[in-house]
Amino acid sequence: MSGFFKTSIGRKYAMALSAFFLIIFLIIHLSVNLTSLFSKEVFNEFSHFMGTNPLVQFAMQPVLVFGVVFHFIMGFVLEMKNRSARNVKYVKNTGSANSSWMSRNMLLSGAVVLAFLVLHFIDFWIPEMNVKYIQGDMSGLLSDGDGYRYYEELVHKFENPLRVGAYVLAFVLLALHLLHGFTSAFQSIGATMGRKKTMQNIGKAYSILIPLGFIVIALFHHFNH
Amino acid sequence: MKLTLKIWRQNDAKAKGKMMEYQLNDVSPDMSFLEMLDVLNQDLIDKDEEPIAFDHDCREGICGMCSMYINGRAHGPDREITVCQLHMRSFKDGDTISIEPWRAKAFPVIKDLIVDRSAFDRIQQAGGFISVNTSGNTQDANNILIAKDAADTAMDAATCIGCGACVASCKNSSAMLFVGAKVSQYALLPQGQVEAVDRVKNMVAQMDLEGFGNCTNTGACEVECPKGISLENIARMNRELVKANMIKF
Repeated sequence: MSGFFKTSIGRKYAMALSAFFLIIFLIIHLSVNLTSLFSKEVFNEFSHFMGTNPLVQFAMQPVLVFGVVFHFIMGFVLEMKNRSARNVKYVKNTGSANSSWMSRNMLLSGAVVLAFLVLHFIDFWIPEMNVKYIQGDMSGLLSDGDGYRYYEELVHKFENPLRVGAYVLAFVLLALHLLHGFTSAFQSIGATMGRKKTMQNIGKAYSILIPLGFIVIALFHHFNH
Repeated sequence: MKLTLKIWRQNDAKAKGKMMEYQLNDVSPDMSFLEMLDVLNQDLIDKDEEPIAFDHDCREGICGMCSMYINGRAHGPDREITVCQLHMRSFKDGDTISIEPWRAKAFPVIKDLIVDRSAFDRIQQAGGFISVNTSGNTQDANNILIAKDAADTAMDAATCIGCGACVASCKNSSAMLFVGAKVSQYALLPQGQVEAVDRVKNMVAQMDLEGFGNCTNTGACEVECPKGISLENIARMNRELVKANMIKF
């Protein structure tokens, strides 16, 4: 199969497989975050488990980072290669007549999501790494030792309206990215054959509900505390 | 009808082309687009100017030679037509119409509006056929039973005329709708199974070699295809390639 991944179609497959991985990751991430709407304790328990479980930290986390980096680099490389396949541009081109804005701007929506990821890493991931692995505090407790710190940190982050605005914007762009990307990934692996309409409907539902969930969480904590 | 035409003029493959403006004052709405260009060319010849080079053959929508990008779309504004089936009634009096050749590295311009689509021929030669004995031992066609839906879907794929509108419309200049259709028309039939593995591998390899871009599933090709070739053919080709690599790697 090594020759397969060198073909144009093989690269589409690789892109689609990394997309499926990220699609599943988003469901898991949202499921954990949604608990913060209902119960501080459940959210803290989940966060502590995810943050300290060796399987999650040392097996799943590196795979996730690899998945994100691979998806971005592969997407960027393919986009550049695709652009070079048309060396002279059209003087007049009406792309909107035959394709959606989302499908023509995956690099743009992807880049915004990537920029958001950098912000997200600075907000949550880097401080986590610092507390756990540099300061060596694996307890997950608040500085006064009165319960877990995760929920308090989440609430604190969403106090700033600029950050909430950035999150909302990024998730709108993620929705646009998914509105094309979800069905596109299934088309790439040939799974839409005979069930295109169904896949498109599932894709629409996923692409709207998942980002909407994250937006609701950000707004809920901003306005409720 | 009075029209302003902005047409791509390019002397040869190496020359740098540019858009040139022409006026036509007496265009009948009943003319086909190619007939309108004939009238313009006659005007140019009468004025001792070089006529515009454009490709055409059958003028009944099946040769697929008319590689023109009209007002930013392959074969102009209407659906499922070639340029000879586009009529001037689709435009309004006073309109400005831009006309360019297909743009893709794999389809170099030969002159003005004529492009070299022989990359498609080489892809076809790489595997778009079945090897059968034609030396007088032909068996009865009905000896091999084929399900009606398979025959119909294969026929739909086989209606591809290789015009290149898919490549021209695709933002990536991808040829996957064409190759998908050619792979599918055999993949769906029992006669195509014998060479199925090599066919898809060789055709995809040739497609990549020609410098076409990669498909990002925008669906523009399906919308602009004069024969309504479905994106399902690309999905089928992708499956065929995986299958072929699992059988023979």
